[in-house]
Amino acid sequence: MGRAPGLLPFPPMPVEIDIAKVARLARLALSEEDLDRYREQCEVVLEHAARVQALPTDGVAGTSHPLPRTNAFREDRITECLDTEEVLAQAPDRDGDFFSVPKILDEQ
Amino acid sequence: MTYEPVIGIETHVELTTASKMFCGCPVDFGAPPNTNVCPVCLGLPGALPVVNGRAVEYAMTIGLALNCTIAGRSVFSRKNYFYPDMPKNYQISQYEEPLCVDGYLDVETDGTASRVGITRVHMEEDTGKSTHVGVGGRIADASHSLIDFNRAGVPLMEVVSEPDIRSAEEARAFVAELRGAVLRLGVSDAKLEEGSMRFDANVSLRAVGAEPFGTKVEVKNMNSLRSLQRALEHEIERQAAILESGGEVLQETRHWDEEAGTTTGMRSKEEAFDYRYFDEPDLVPVEVDDEWRTRVAGALPELPAQARGRYLEMGLDATTAGLLSNDVEVGLVFEAAVATGADAQMVANWLTGEVTALLRREDTTLGATPIDGSVLAELSAMVTDGQLSASAAKDVLAGVLAGEGRPAEVAASRDLIQVSDAGELEPVIDGVLAENDEAVAKLKEGDEKVIGFLVGQVMRATGGKADPGLVNQIIKARVGGG
Amino acid sequence: MSDLADFTVTAAAAGLRSGDFSSVELLEAVHKRAAMTEANLHAYLTIDRDGAARGAVAADSALKKGTAHGPLHGIPVALKDNMVTRGLETTASSKILSGYLPPYDGTAVTRLREGGAVIFGKTNLDEFAMGSSTENSAYGPSRNPWDPERVPGGSSGGSAAAVAAGSALVGFGSDTGGSIRQPAALCGIVGMKPTYGLVSRYGLIAFASSLDQIGPLTRTVEDSVAALEVVGGHDPADSTSYPGAVPDYRSGLKSGVAGLRVGVVAELNGAGIDPAVQAAVDQTVAQLEEAGATIVELSLPSIEYALSAYYLIAPAECSANLARFDGVRYGLRRLGENVEEMMSNTRADGFGPEVTRRILLGTYALSAGYYDAFYGQAQRVRTLIIQDFQAAYQQADVLVSPTSPTTAFKLGDRTQDPLSMYLSDVCTIPSNMSGDPAISVPIGVDADGMPIGFQVMAPALGEPVMFRVAAEVERQAGFTVRARHASSEVVT
Repeated sequence: MGRAPGLLPFPPMPVEIDIAKVARLARLALSEEDLDRYREQCEVVLEHAARVQALPTDGVAGTSHPLPRTNAFREDRITECLDTEEVLAQAPDRDGDFFSVPKILDEQ
Repeated sequence: MTYEPVIGIETHVELTTASKMFCGCPVDFGAPPNTNVCPVCLGLPGALPVVNGRAVEYAMTIGLALNCTIAGRSVFSRKNYFYPDMPKNYQISQYEEPLCVDGYLDVETDGTASRVGITRVHMEEDTGKSTHVGVGGRIADASHSLIDFNRAGVPLMEVVSEPDIRSAEEARAFVAELRGAVLRLGVSDAKLEEGSMRFDANVSLRAVGAEPFGTKVEVKNMNSLRSLQRALEHEIERQAAILESGGEVLQETRHWDEEAGTTTGMRSKEEAFDYRYFDEPDLVPVEVDDEWRTRVAGALPELPAQARGRYLEMGLDATTAGLLSNDVEVGLVFEAAVATGADAQMVANWLTGEVTALLRREDTTLGATPIDGSVLAELSAMVTDGQLSASAAKDVLAGVLAGEGRPAEVAASRDLIQVSDAGELEPVIDGVLAENDEAVAKLKEGDEKVIGFLVGQVMRATGGKADPGLVNQIIKARVGGG
Repeated sequence: MSDLADFTVTAAAAGLRSGDFSSVELLEAVHKRAAMTEANLHAYLTIDRDGAARGAVAADSALKKGTAHGPLHGIPVALKDNMVTRGLETTASSKILSGYLPPYDGTAVTRLREGGAVIFGKTNLDEFAMGSSTENSAYGPSRNPWDPERVPGGSSGGSAAAVAAGSALVGFGSDTGGSIRQPAALCGIVGMKPTYGLVSRYGLIAFASSLDQIGPLTRTVEDSVAALEVVGGHDPADSTSYPGAVPDYRSGLKSGVAGLRVGVVAELNGAGIDPAVQAAVDQTVAQLEEAGATIVELSLPSIEYALSAYYLIAPAECSANLARFDGVRYGLRRLGENVEEMMSNTRADGFGPEVTRRILLGTYALSAGYYDAFYGQAQRVRTLIIQDFQAAYQQADVLVSPTSPTTAFKLGDRTQDPLSMYLSDVCTIPSNMSGDPAISVPIGVDADGMPIGFQVMAPALGEPVMFRVAAEVERQAGFTVRARHASSEVVT
């Protein structure tokens, strides 16, 4: 059966998510049980969302910005900074004027 | 089987704008920790970025100097990954639509010219800095890390070369030339030791004459031109050894260890490379029209080749002119000295001679030494005034390079200042002449050679500090002969 | 004199200017009402007694000196707790920001302060503005003043409940998929979402950057105009802020609808809408026709896909916007052997289930191999939706529909089925996708006495015509029934 160009297969295939991988990418330490539940729920939503694939969109550019503005620049001028103490007062852990975090495993 | 290296370099250049890429915090190396921060560069909830217009112009400047096409429309993207020195855990960068594409940089390696393609130049923001607390300050032994966000948001240009480089030397020459161009453009101070210019290399090998590329290895953590060359030489050898023994090169990221002189594999995760790029919704596209591009192109400062021409016109010989214009930092200091009245050839000789030798020896850059235009102008004036002989001037230069102070201070403390006061010298000369009747008699008879001996005697009597030219003059006047 | 807490902004501002009462008295009335209603409604997370008192005193002083200008001068306002307020706890109704004190005010907040408004407190919301019932708040739900067993809607449920109950004269919320309009409809008040870019997002804790807008919740259309006049307008700190002059919102308010073309959107009327809601909407459309408008039936076919596209775009953007909550610089931190573990434990513990779901969805939609089929396609569908709207506005000056398919549902009814909750936004999402303005006006109640909202949508920067039609709807509906609140008295 021929398919019109640009028209993705519809109805779409059932969605299967590698939820453990997604949770790792998103830095969410979830239990096996939670992961399972979220996977099911997300798959249901995604199957509904995947309906977008039914619309032919050949030659249509995506919209990232609803307002057609360009070249929003600021002058290269120094403006007032925050008070270091006020900033660090919110830090969950600090060491003097530094934010302190547990050891970093991966060099980036 | 002979293999040829295929090398591409990714360079990051921090710009010397007054304020950061997306906010008004100052760009200021060395400020106390977490003082140059605001809601935007700290990634506080509710904060929004706004593009620094000058940073865009600087990026365009770099692109044009590298012969790139400036995109009529370019877009910012979010590069998503988690790291504690990343305030938003995404970096605002450019992905599919960068500002500059398809350029090139001409490079000279040991007399051979080559052209290295530039794939793209794009704009992004720098991250904060983490210091690892533990044994040796290395990440592997740390118990915790301290984060300073002063650097977060500093404008960063990424320059990506095509894999056109074929040797470690060429790579070094490429980076040196790129650094020179960036310095001459005045958009960055490109201090490798401070990290305002950083580079990573992608290296693979293929059989000579073969078309397809071999497996690419990324090499990181090279902090100087020399370490870049050493690291690449090592990596090329390492890969050649693997291929020769029939093995396969693993695609990975390797970390250069300057002390050990080797590269080691870094722990890499497959997921680490899924950056999930998408158009930055908080920033609108950048549109560059002909008028803007022409204006920036018209304001481009002169590039090395043109500088070369000017130096020749100043009367410098071709070799010196070439050397000065190749290292733009040195060229700029030369021009600064000459502008305040220094003697061009004298200064040029010092720069291409003693100074360059020291830079090579210590693997450092001119900016890291005390030498600048005013220092050289001062030294030149002291020679022209007669306070220093040419050889004394070299000693003074060495002293300045060693950090002993400015030329006048060094000359004084090393007791190198010539005596050029005729009044001071005459009694000494009279004394020498009085003790050397034979020589004086010979001189009176027209024996020119004996003058050298007499001058030498005066030099000895003055502990080497007499101005030999003046002594010569006075002796001739006194004796009257010849 | 009737209770000051029930005054409209317009009436209160006039009373303040003519010296009938003071801002301090007005604030006192609002305080009293809050004291009476909060146990039942839980509209507020924080009430800033001292700050508000200082603000009211300063407002009165300016009124005496004659230096009081703006339409919100001396008026107590409620702010949704995803708008950062300097030195005043801002949590986005999340555990991950418990105790967080922002070191700066958002632009809308600054403009309110400079306009003499008295910031009374921070209202409850669905965590990080994700939800349609305020049941996703980490600090407990808010309740509907019309029936505390029912939800006030969401995500700006707290602001809606406060304005409906009289514990604020005006509230501000944010609207990403309907989060101002839907709670306004469910609570019987007016709520509007401005043209994207008209109100600065600087200081709004981001959910979905290309969809979020701050907007007012008020008792009348005129009050909505007043609020928008104070907060709207270009902000250089927001690159997506509209750079031009703001439209004249007011001048058409009394002009009526004669000669205007009102488009009834086929895809948003009828199928899937509660019959009582549709009946009320149809009646209002008939009233508009009586008043001189021409009614047109219009179809915007791609709107059928707006909900689907929204549930790819919004989670994708939010997955990146919420990445900054990692325990490093502020907010909650949980232990971990290393920083990666610390971040993962912090986020798993700090985010509620709905937020977690959307982050997972969004991360997936953007990930390698899936981007084009999901996020990429959703963005292209968004373009089609925009084109459909543009075509529709060639044939109509405004578009109308119900605001919400149903009236307020009971707490707990939809929490087990995320998709059923998402369907609450089917009428409101399209104008977030297009970036066009839209307003909800209360037009009546259903058999249970629960309010029904009528939605008017207009083209970008079409606030003038939108308010004009909304004012007529308001006039025709004559809806002045106030919310029942904790006292047994129903004020009509």
